[in-house]
Amino acid sequence: MWDYTDKVKDYFLNPRNVGEIEDPDGVAEVGSIACGDALKLTFKLDENGRIKEAKFKTFGCASAIASASAMTEMIKGMTVEEAAKITNQDIASFLGGLPQEKMHCSVLGREALERAISYYKGTPLRAEEEKIICECFGVTQQEIERAIRENRLTTVEEVTNYTKAGGGCGNCHPLIQEIIDKVHSKLSETPPERPKLSNIKKIKMIEETLEREIRPALKHDGGDIELVDVVGNRVLVATRGACASCQASNQTLKNFVEVKLRELVLPELTVEEVSA
Amino acid sequence: MKPVYLDNNATTQVAPEVLEAMLPYFHELYGNPSSMHSFGGQVMKQVRKAREQIAAILGASPEEIIFTSCGTESDNAAIRSALASYPDKRHIVTSRVEHPAIRALCAHLASQGYRVTELPVDSEGHFDMEQYRRALTADTAIVSLMWANNETGVIFPIEKAAQMARERNILFHTDAVQAVGKIPINLADMCIDMLSLSGHKLHAPKGIGVLYVRKGTKFSPFIIGGHQERGRRGGTEATPSIIGLGVAAELAAEKMNIENTYVKGLRDRLEDTILKTVENTRVNGDRINRLPNTSNISFEFVEGEGILLMMDEYGICASSGSACTSGSLQPSHVLRAMGVPFTMAHGSIRFSLSVYNTDEEIDFIIEKLPPIIDTLRSMSPYWKIGKAC
Repeated sequence: MWDYTDKVKDYFLNPRNVGEIEDPDGVAEVGSIACGDALKLTFKLDENGRIKEAKFKTFGCASAIASASAMTEMIKGMTVEEAAKITNQDIASFLGGLPQEKMHCSVLGREALERAISYYKGTPLRAEEEKIICECFGVTQQEIERAIRENRLTTVEEVTNYTKAGGGCGNCHPLIQEIIDKVHSKLSETPPERPKLSNIKKIKMIEETLEREIRPALKHDGGDIELVDVVGNRVLVATRGACASCQASNQTLKNFVEVKLRELVLPELTVEEVSA
Repeated sequence: MKPVYLDNNATTQVAPEVLEAMLPYFHELYGNPSSMHSFGGQVMKQVRKAREQIAAILGASPEEIIFTSCGTESDNAAIRSALASYPDKRHIVTSRVEHPAIRALCAHLASQGYRVTELPVDSEGHFDMEQYRRALTADTAIVSLMWANNETGVIFPIEKAAQMARERNILFHTDAVQAVGKIPINLADMCIDMLSLSGHKLHAPKGIGVLYVRKGTKFSPFIIGGHQERGRRGGTEATPSIIGLGVAAELAAEKMNIENTYVKGLRDRLEDTILKTVENTRVNGDRINRLPNTSNISFEFVEGEGILLMMDEYGICASSGSACTSGSLQPSHVLRAMGVPFTMAHGSIRFSLSVYNTDEEIDFIIEKLPPIIDTLRSMSPYWKIGKAC
């Protein structure tokens, strides 16, 4: 049984925005019944150019239905430009995460969104010539490259989980490996720009990292910290418990808390202690 | 929520009689049957009795029964023994619809240089006898064909296939994991050299299996160790499970009639009603030559995982051959081998019943399932109100 989050289950059992909008501004159909999942997305804009309504129809498993429904919820109220920035990771995060093997459901959602937007703009999405790598599921080189870049994929298995490429006969595994090697050699030449974090997202990630990675370890030694504020890249915390009276707490903040936050959230972060 | 369990081809509940028979052998009569003292020796007597009970349901003699840990081990032991016993022969004949225990093993052996012929099947799930005959060569070490298919319940004409192998002095193995206990088997009258069965499919616990090896068949052990099972399978006997399996076999023999009347009746009512009330559905596989407890139904234009999860909300347990549930990205190899169209294969649900199912449970499913299919179809881009588009 898949380990779905409660939110995935909720969006599957009580899907929001099922259906088709008549006379839509944006429309796209991706996937196919042979491949096991397909998604039709329609949206309509209001007079201010914001997405007023978005609807979906999905043939596919629970996570495909949940991903499509989540995506329609996310884009409502956005401008087309804002919606275009949504990544498959954003869709997965909205649902509290997806099992690795189901990440392709979030990619399907992002693809539909992208195509519906290009339909609206009247621009063809890609050049005519697309090289199909996986014949079983009709996955192109560009799709695979993009998934590798955006999700930092390193193995053929991961590529299969995210794009379905290589999940059929397996003949394309050597080709996928070549693409992985090629993309990574380019990535290492020019270090990619980190996606800019919005303030809200940054604070959320800091909070999550504190909860998950840092506070349990401190509590183990009888200490604790509390997030007071985030100002730019300055993380202001107050020490609690054993940490509050500990001579070495400043070392802990710099060598453990700051190191963790830089590793997991943003390399530019600094941690400062304030009295609460 | 009490489960409405129709997934008995996956595993079954341990029968109360079986559990009761097993319990003393965990903490009171825990002796090793190989011991010299009578405390262990008395357990040996019970193991002997279990061997007789299992031989009886197969129409075999007790010395032809080897206890193993599961059906997969039995399958591995059978095929590897044949290859070790006839090292000059490098060919295996099997089918495209076998359980992974055989399929993955044969794929592995193919990578080691063995030649494997996988017989194709038709839309009913049957292989062609003439094609089978042509596949048998002087180089063939073993034929392995399942007795009954775990996904569709389709029963192969094993008796005839075994006879054709015997006429050519080729060993014949059958994976009878789904067949034992559900249809009558009498190995004394047949040309089957080896047969695998699994305890947990017939109301015995998980972790116990049997390999039947016909008297006079060359055998080379798979697990090498102590003298247990007359040197054919090392390892201290799993005494509680063996004794449980013996009781389960006896119960299955007693209930074979119920299986083919009562259980079959429940299955048919479920199947017929669903086909009548839900449009665009079909049954996969030969409906005549089929296990009495199994029904594999496809619902067009919906995906099986969604059906399973919605049924799960009501505690209804079944399984699906859809890609999303198969652990791979493609639908079941059995349905693909049968040429079931993609529109149908992704929406396949297998119901597999047991003697513990009731009329009320069938009513419950008949009530709950059609609205689930309606809901999922209303979300499907391939379905427009009331019909396929």
